[in-house]
Amino acid sequence: MSSDSSAAKQPMRAPFRLPLHWLGAVPFAIFVLLFLILPTMRIVIGAFQTPDGGFTLDNIRGLFTTSILSAYWISIKISIASALLGCLIGFSIASAVVLGGLPKWIRGPLLTFSGVASNFAGVPLAFAFLATLGPVGLLTVFLKTQLGIDLRALGFNILSFWGLTITYLFFQIPLMILIITPALDGLKREWREAAQILGATNAQYWRMVAFPILLPSFLGTLALLFANAFGAVATAIALTGSSLSIVPILLFAQIRGDVLGNPHLGYALAFGMIVVTGIANTIYIWLRARSERWLK
Amino acid sequence: MRKFWAWGALIFGLLYFILPLMGMTNFSLKMRRGVYSLDAYAVVLGDPRFQQTFTYSILMALATIVFGVLLVVPTAYWVRLKLPGLRPYIEFVTLLPLVIPAIVIVFGYIRLYNTSSWLPLTGSITGTNILLMFGYATLALPYMYRSVDTGLRSIDIATLTEAAQSLGAGWTTILARIILPNVLVAVLSGAFLTFAIVIGEFTMAALLNRPAFGPYMQLLGANRAYEPAALAVIAFVITWGCLGLIQLVSRFQKGAQSAT
Repeated sequence: MSSDSSAAKQPMRAPFRLPLHWLGAVPFAIFVLLFLILPTMRIVIGAFQTPDGGFTLDNIRGLFTTSILSAYWISIKISIASALLGCLIGFSIASAVVLGGLPKWIRGPLLTFSGVASNFAGVPLAFAFLATLGPVGLLTVFLKTQLGIDLRALGFNILSFWGLTITYLFFQIPLMILIITPALDGLKREWREAAQILGATNAQYWRMVAFPILLPSFLGTLALLFANAFGAVATAIALTGSSLSIVPILLFAQIRGDVLGNPHLGYALAFGMIVVTGIANTIYIWLRARSERWLK
Repeated sequence: MRKFWAWGALIFGLLYFILPLMGMTNFSLKMRRGVYSLDAYAVVLGDPRFQQTFTYSILMALATIVFGVLLVVPTAYWVRLKLPGLRPYIEFVTLLPLVIPAIVIVFGYIRLYNTSSWLPLTGSITGTNILLMFGYATLALPYMYRSVDTGLRSIDIATLTEAAQSLGAGWTTILARIILPNVLVAVLSGAFLTFAIVIGEFTMAALLNRPAFGPYMQLLGANRAYEPAALAVIAFVITWGCLGLIQLVSRFQKGAQSAT
């Protein structure tokens, strides 16, 4: 396609030049093929193979056992909870700073800090929360000795659904702030003024103008945060060891030592992860394309 | 009223983010009973395994950055200059590492490049190191590519290329002496982000059995009480440093632009 256009540009010099421009993209294509596409394909194909290479659906069927299904279910629940809360809290903070009339200088540091915090995931993040909300953590001890609130007695445990969700929020909220701030900036002053001139109240403006415009980027980010939490391995392992059975931990143990007793069930497990994050990201890409229409 | 809610949201956010940071800092200083001390840091920094794994991860990060720059800059440049039709596809591919979890990618590596395969990279230590570097480059690809591509958008590469060509420059000269200096800030941003990602990466290094900093932190976390908190503080400072450097170089560029 592009070779046609450049051939048209210089018809004098090289009338019979072979279209070799695509060669420049070959190293990149080889790298992506070898270290991204083929490994993933290997997993996808392996999920439908018997140990001696024939086609089967048994591996996929093998996923529908109580223990594996419940691992998927807990993973999906944690991802949905942390994505929803991350979106809501991130949106509140971003809109407070962009639209809430706070001092202008807060914005720069907030975005910088969000960049740092959204990258502060993995093992160290788990340590930070263990040191804060763990059995002898700063907040746990403070609440117990100063205010007489015993988190343990209230049933809170850092190695649980809520513990993991609260920890994931540390990188989910900043990611939401980073993505939604440009969208909030994109709300033009003219739209609010136009709405006001037409007699709309503030609530009406939000319900009928701002909310529909922001909805695609809101939902899109929700999908992205979901995939982000669903694929997180390091934080979960460092936080819970293997006491909480979620999909990434199960897959990690399976790759290490075949805990399921069937190597091809591991492929199916990984394939299931690709399907879940794939669906979430398809929603994200589709909605982002929709929301960008308004941000020009 | 609006201001009240705005301050409320901000203060809630501040509390949520500051408490864990306070928690880990506080915990890391409490190794000696009853007094604050830097003992945990001394123990961690003095641990030869810390020094080995940390050095290993730094070297891996630097190798990944060099490889990533050599891969991404020429490709992004060439695609913008000669193959604009490919851009949407390449952009899609570079986003794939955000879609496919790292654990799935490394699982594929282990199956595809094991000792009985056509390319037995996991058979030797050097091979596994190279495989891990490729894995890191894959993880960093979305950030690196996007950063460089945005940098290329702000300069007129077609004119620069023609000017250089008419002065007799070859492709290597154009890339190394014309394009790279012009997108240096974007490249550096991508490089610092890559560094922040690679230095603490756990999943790939652990499953490929390489002695990196991430698995070391996890191991220490499973066995010790105070040292992990000290490691968390160190890791946070490194992340903060990398992101701070990105801010610094982009501010430097803005200053340079407004000065000219």
